[in-house]
Amino acid sequence: MIKTDILIIGAGPTGLFAVFEAGLLKLKCHLIDALPQPGGQCSEIYPKKPIYDIPGFPEVLAGDLVTNLMKQIEPFQPGFTLGERADTIEKLDDGSFIVTTEKGTKHHAPIVAIAGGLGSFEPRKPPITNLSNFEDKGVEYIIRDPELYRDKNVVISGGGDSALDWSIFLTNIAKSVMLVHRRNEFRGALDSVEKVQELKNLGKIELITPAEVVGLVGTNKVEEVVIKQGAEVFNRECDHFIPLFGLAPKLGPIADWGLEIEKNAIKVDNSLDYQTNIPGIYAIGDVNTYPGKLKLILCGFHEATLMCQSAYQRIFPDKRYVMKYTTVGGVEGFDGSKKEAPKSVIKSID
Amino acid sequence: MTDVKITIIDRQGVKHQVDAPTDMNMNLMEIVRSYELAPEGTIGICGGMAMCASCQCYILSNHALPEISYDEDMMLSEASNVKENSRLGCQIFIKEELEGLEIELAPEV
Repeated sequence: MIKTDILIIGAGPTGLFAVFEAGLLKLKCHLIDALPQPGGQCSEIYPKKPIYDIPGFPEVLAGDLVTNLMKQIEPFQPGFTLGERADTIEKLDDGSFIVTTEKGTKHHAPIVAIAGGLGSFEPRKPPITNLSNFEDKGVEYIIRDPELYRDKNVVISGGGDSALDWSIFLTNIAKSVMLVHRRNEFRGALDSVEKVQELKNLGKIELITPAEVVGLVGTNKVEEVVIKQGAEVFNRECDHFIPLFGLAPKLGPIADWGLEIEKNAIKVDNSLDYQTNIPGIYAIGDVNTYPGKLKLILCGFHEATLMCQSAYQRIFPDKRYVMKYTTVGGVEGFDGSKKEAPKSVIKSID
Repeated sequence: MTDVKITIIDRQGVKHQVDAPTDMNMNLMEIVRSYELAPEGTIGICGGMAMCASCQCYILSNHALPEISYDEDMMLSEASNVKENSRLGCQIFIKEELEGLEIELAPEV
């Protein structure tokens, strides 16, 4: 069981900055994120795109913002559970919470701060009517263990980097690799596109374009894919069908935690501290809603700051505290590091 | 500075005629959101970067639209429910030439 003071769900910019503000109050944080890396949308969707409305930064790349936030919170040694989605929450008699991921990792904290953005990123699924019948029975949306495909006939569909890269990789493992894409053009790194071309010429990848997988056939597992190419429809034998159409965020299991939901977001008390209808659970950043809400990173930073002050009061109801400026108080890390403004000296000059 | 009239058929099939400003650098996705014709969180998920296709719409009228960019084209090549007249709403900015435009929102994925 992982224990912490504030359990943050979502490691995007808002969740990361909450670690800093909590650290100033000597509160430890642990973050859970469904993605394998921190940064949320900034890392997953647009790392190379510029952001122009972070105060003090006329222009910053989303990926660089995440790198800087990670550096800023380093002294506060946050814990991370990455690549796992927060699934269930349980409130204990003492008011604290246990949050369990879909992989069974348990986290215990007196405060839960949901900074989940638009939700956890889940694979986009193509509109094939019986697709869900074959999930984990030959249909996989994410490749977790490439060994699963050893000596198998694999059909991959999609036109982006992951479809290209996995097609290339699996040629060394699978018995056969077929790549089906709706266009003749692919959107990927140039060397990946060229490599697929080369493997196609060598007969190691069968490329079917412009075409679509429109159906699946099988009794207990996938046995054939139905492919539509122009007016022609034909079946091809396969052991695995891997649709790789990117990821899209879904609010997911958090929607069933008993929180008040409005407009696909969690309602919070913005006049006070961004707490939800369940005391001890806060929602900050893009995941929350209140009158006048704006989904901006800078607003998430503000919400994270106020949330931490309220969380401190909740954890230590009898302690008195006033907010300190970092310029005055410096930053004392949990790792023993200390940053502070240089002190002036009193010294006579001869 | 003028407004143009745009007809939007929402995902329930209901037709709405709305006024869209030509002077605010707004796109079709933002017009849909500003009139709350699709629930928040189901449209414009990537914020308008042609990277999610949640604002896909079908163009029903014969207006001359800005040419499809490489990014938009590639996103549509991976999206679901794509038709000949599919476009990403976030890539179509409101201009005076769009007076009378008619669009239908593609299903939520």
